[in-house]
Amino acid sequence: MSIIFNHVSKSYDADTQLKTDALKDVSFKIDDGEFVGLIGHTGSGKSTLVQHMNGLLKPTSGEIYVDGKDIADKEYSLKDLRGKVGLVFQYPEHQLFETTVFEDVCYGPKNLGLEKKEVELRAYEALKQVGIEDDYFYQSPFDLSGGQKRRAAIAGVLAMKPEVLILDEPTAGLDPKGREEILELVSRLHRENNITVILVSHSMDDVADYADRILVMDHGKLVYDDTVHEVFKHVKELEEMGLAIPQVTYMMYDIAAKGVDVSTDITTIDEAVEEIMKVWSK
Amino acid sequence: MIRDITLGQYYHADSVIHRLDPRTKLVGTFFFIIALFLVKNPLGYAVAAIYLALVIKLSTVPLRFMLRGMKAIVFLLLLTVGFNLFLTPGEPIWEWWKLSISAEGVRIAYTMAIRLSFLVIGSSIMTLTTTPNNLTDGLEKLLSPLKKIRIPVHEIAMMMSIALRFIPILLEETDKIMKAQMARGADFESGNIIKRTKALVPILVPLFISAFRRANDLAMAMEARCYKGGDGRTKMKPLKYAARDRLAYLAIFAMLAACIIVGRMI
Repeated sequence: MSIIFNHVSKSYDADTQLKTDALKDVSFKIDDGEFVGLIGHTGSGKSTLVQHMNGLLKPTSGEIYVDGKDIADKEYSLKDLRGKVGLVFQYPEHQLFETTVFEDVCYGPKNLGLEKKEVELRAYEALKQVGIEDDYFYQSPFDLSGGQKRRAAIAGVLAMKPEVLILDEPTAGLDPKGREEILELVSRLHRENNITVILVSHSMDDVADYADRILVMDHGKLVYDDTVHEVFKHVKELEEMGLAIPQVTYMMYDIAAKGVDVSTDITTIDEAVEEIMKVWSK
Repeated sequence: MIRDITLGQYYHADSVIHRLDPRTKLVGTFFFIIALFLVKNPLGYAVAAIYLALVIKLSTVPLRFMLRGMKAIVFLLLLTVGFNLFLTPGEPIWEWWKLSISAEGVRIAYTMAIRLSFLVIGSSIMTLTTTPNNLTDGLEKLLSPLKKIRIPVHEIAMMMSIALRFIPILLEETDKIMKAQMARGADFESGNIIKRTKALVPILVPLFISAFRRANDLAMAMEARCYKGGDGRTKMKPLKYAARDRLAYLAIFAMLAACIIVGRMI
């Protein structure tokens, strides 16, 4: 399923002095099965951008096409859209409300108007996918640990069987183990279920490790839209935007500065190891 | 959606009225209301109207902001006027079927209408030109003599300002939770009243939990900074009367006196 943004702009409080342009003429296309990283400074318009993808926000001008259809069309069902494009908000565990974990995960598919059996089957599958054991199914979601709560909340979106999964800072506030669990989960969903993933993140390392392509937002504008390697070549520009490049890329720059002839076009630890071994063996 | 609601109707500007001490404005509003209820004849209302117009002019707040407050009481106003107009006993000056209007009714109806609308406009000048926090500060200071009879004035004022501070935060939180549940297919707009009320549960439960969590965090942060209530506490910006406040008090008492003399004696 493809998502196309055609010259999308969004301003808040348009007719007052407080007018702010959250998105300025943003155009791009995301294809089926891609893993896209979305990075940008706080307030750069990342969250606004992703909320347009499932119709929570309406653009002030421009069009958005999902699967070739304009989502602003009157006939277009927003309910269907929200089933297809799953959006996991920042701190999704803050949206848990049911008495049991299982009930909470059922909420999404139930809203889609599915049969009870199908709803429960989906909830069961989703909870299994995120790695929550049966023992926890009938506990209160508020008794789970931080990482488990987050995974249960993600299951709540997965149970709707989305074709596109958008995650807004899914690892914020988690410990390293929790972070890795979430990112591995997302990566597995992408590989095994062929879900299109859009990962909003502050961590350049995470994006470099998992995404194939990166969108960079700055002050509501889409500045770069390219492969990971290409985007992280713009070291100076990214730093000026308050962003950075992956730690390991900085390390390669340092090594190169010491006079060792290594490539700096490296974004993951695996690539770095390979490059260093290659230079070493020469 | 919820973003559009503005709370605490403070209108930012830099006028004489804005700069007045909040205590002056509270006392001024209080005496203005008293004056409105002491006045007995149209001339007195004219005095009050002139005073009100002068303050509005000085405050530089556009008139439509004042009138916005009136919208809320239009229904109440019509009801009061209607009841007084038709149900006041007296010599009828107009009759139709079972309805009759007496001269006394007309008089009471228009007095009530003027009183009510002046009252609302007068108090909205205060809220439009004073930030909610300033207002609670002023209230705390004005009520501080009540401490002598063991009323926890400081604590009440602190609770008020915290409550005010939390309103925009909780509104933002509500917006976020609503969007998160909408992303899970929630529908808050269709169905009958029972269905809609039920649809609120997924918003209210997370909202309450988050409110408690925030309250807990705030209490902890206050305690970590040795907050222990009002005793011996000093202010970063203590309220201080300036020359303009003395002038304002003079104007307030002049208005009160003028209203009493003109409105009751002539």
